Amino acid sequence: MLEIRKLHARAGGNEILKGVDLAVGTGEVHAIMGPNGSGKSTLAGVLAGRGDYEVTEGSVTYQGLDLLGLDPEERAREGLFLAFQYPVEIPGVNNAYFLKAALNALRKHRGEPELDTMDFMALVRDRMKVLDIDPSLLNRPVNEGFSGGEKKRNEIFQMAVLEPKLAILDETDSGLDIDALKIVAHGVNSLRRPDRSIIVVTHYQRLLNYIVPDFVHVLSDGRIVRSGGKELALELEERGYGWIEDGEPVGGRA
Amino acid sequence: MSTAERTIEELATQEYKYGFVTDIEADTVPRGLNEDIVREISRRKGEPEWLLDWRLKALRAWQGMQEPRWGNVKYDPIDYQDIIYYAAPKPRKALGSLDEVDPEIRRTFEKLGIPIEEQKALAGVAVDAVFDSVSVATTFRQKLAELGIIFCSFSEAVRNHPELVRQYLGSVVPHTDNFFAALNSAVFSDGSFAYVPKGVRCPMELSTYFRINAQNTGQFERTLIIADEGAFVSYLEGCTAPMRDENQLHAAVVELVALDRATIKYSTVQNWYPGDKEGRGGIYNFVTKRGHCRGAGSKITWTQVETGSAITWKYPSCILQGDNSIGEFYSVAVTNNFQQADTGTKMIHLGRNTRSTIVSKGISAGRGQNTYRGMVKIGRNAENARNYSQCDSLLIGDKCGAHTFPYIEIKNTSAQMEHEASTSKIGEDQIFYCRQRGLSTEDAVNMIVSGFCKEVFRELPMEFAVEAQKLLGVSLEGSVG
Repeated sequence: MLEIRKLHARAGGNEILKGVDLAVGTGEVHAIMGPNGSGKSTLAGVLAGRGDYEVTEGSVTYQGLDLLGLDPEERAREGLFLAFQYPVEIPGVNNAYFLKAALNALRKHRGEPELDTMDFMALVRDRMKVLDIDPSLLNRPVNEGFSGGEKKRNEIFQMAVLEPKLAILDETDSGLDIDALKIVAHGVNSLRRPDRSIIVVTHYQRLLNYIVPDFVHVLSDGRIVRSGGKELALELEERGYGWIEDGEPVGGRA
Repeated sequence: MSTAERTIEELATQEYKYGFVTDIEADTVPRGLNEDIVREISRRKGEPEWLLDWRLKALRAWQGMQEPRWGNVKYDPIDYQDIIYYAAPKPRKALGSLDEVDPEIRRTFEKLGIPIEEQKALAGVAVDAVFDSVSVATTFRQKLAELGIIFCSFSEAVRNHPELVRQYLGSVVPHTDNFFAALNSAVFSDGSFAYVPKGVRCPMELSTYFRINAQNTGQFERTLIIADEGAFVSYLEGCTAPMRDENQLHAAVVELVALDRATIKYSTVQNWYPGDKEGRGGIYNFVTKRGHCRGAGSKITWTQVETGSAITWKYPSCILQGDNSIGEFYSVAVTNNFQQADTGTKMIHLGRNTRSTIVSKGISAGRGQNTYRGMVKIGRNAENARNYSQCDSLLIGDKCGAHTFPYIEIKNTSAQMEHEASTSKIGEDQIFYCRQRGLSTEDAVNMIVSGFCKEVFRELPMEFAVEAQKLLGVSLEGSVG
């Protein structure tokens, strides 16, 4: 599904990613953990094509495509979805209208007919149930006036409607209380499928109690320094990131 | 350069698609302005003595006036003696039916998508098409006449309904009102006239389409709309012009009169040629628009979408004289490249329980400068007057500007005023968010801008709202990356 090789990226003159290697297979859930400033959000941003970063070295292959050669919207249309750490407000644009335009952009790219409002609303109502979304959210402007929890839930709701092949969740747990966290995690779990890969970027192990990953990677100072199974997250929780940074790197599946 | 800036550069190169010239012989008067020219215009139009006298009074008033310089706009001095004040397509014989409209002119309006042939007309829209200075066709006249509604060119109104024209002409915007209004009063060539009789609800949108074609000419049209007691009328105005290197002057006057319980909705989509991306050419749009809520419970709503013109200087206003009368102003003004707009409204509260609403949305891109200037005046006798004003500015890129000048004058302590203002920038993060969901940059910008303008668009009649939205997309195309 995704293969990252020796990826180097800069932002504002500073090298942040210093040779990331990572392979994500179809249907797998990978967690990327790491202390603040280790480059987690940069990695998510580079994969989605955010303009703030400059890739200086390395390659990313996504479903056989040179991902870095694609515009952000092309990546999205190829099934890559980023759940934002800070979802953006778009005043005056109705949430449902926005989502319908996005879905139809994807469908058009796949050569499928665009959905009309009736079909779209049927799809949306179905997906709303899973995430316990308040229907009034649909008619409010995109993210405007949403609480932190509503914004994050809205991201996962969009994911449920857009049905990506690869979803990257960037600190989806940040700012959520435990109830909201459970709802969001439940939503993500309901979207796990054999043909869909998920990368969960998080600082805390907490989220991984609810979204249990197949693999855990630790990012530190722009490199993946340790990889392992889900138990690695627990170990981290117990011993802190200092343990990784001080210790010898361990070769894992990367 | 960031992607946003790049896109702005691209947007700025978007071509004006109405910039063609129609090859047609025009009948003009010599350049310049003096009493002889005014007499000549009046003579050619076969006007009655009273109207010539009125024009001459206006000319004399104008000659004693100074061009206003308080607007937040910059332009080289205009040589008023270098303008041709009257241009009419030849031949000028009276048109017996629409079939007699010059095929060239007809093709022009077809290119613009303006239906002047009735059979092709949009259902529910009656159109008066003004080409250079002269009205060339008015559709659906028969159907409207059955209801007693008069909808015709201004010249015809002078001929066929002189008593109405004489009663109302200059009663809202006097010939001495301001420099450009005085100029218009002296030389106005044509325009539209509408009268809706007592208790009649006009069943279709009335629409005038203005087109400047001839070179070196100014366009000075005059519109007069009267809604008698309990009447309702919705009126649309659209405008385009060819692309030319020199600036052309457009100084129109619009007067609206609403009697007891009458409602007038006046909507404008203004797309005069804005000049090229270096700021050469374009229309100077110096327009005086004013509505008079003369009767109790009357209502006037101005809705404007201003995307064209090199310079826009206009303040559609309401005089709320009747008790319980209502004035509304909804505006979207876009400035891109080197366009400048100084626009807003005046709400003059005179009657009791009068209410006004102002919603102004300014969008600046490229090196555009966008100014909102609004005045709310509450008179001594205007008990319980209320005003709500909202002025929002949206900036695209970092070379443009937005300015807001609200003036408030209150002489009655029972007045309630609310004023809200905001300035925001289309952020790279908003655009990236949309693109990450699969939308192109252009669709993203259009969506963000439409969201910003939503409160104004929903005031427009349906067909116009769609057109306005498209126009906004075209005006801003390539302005963000």
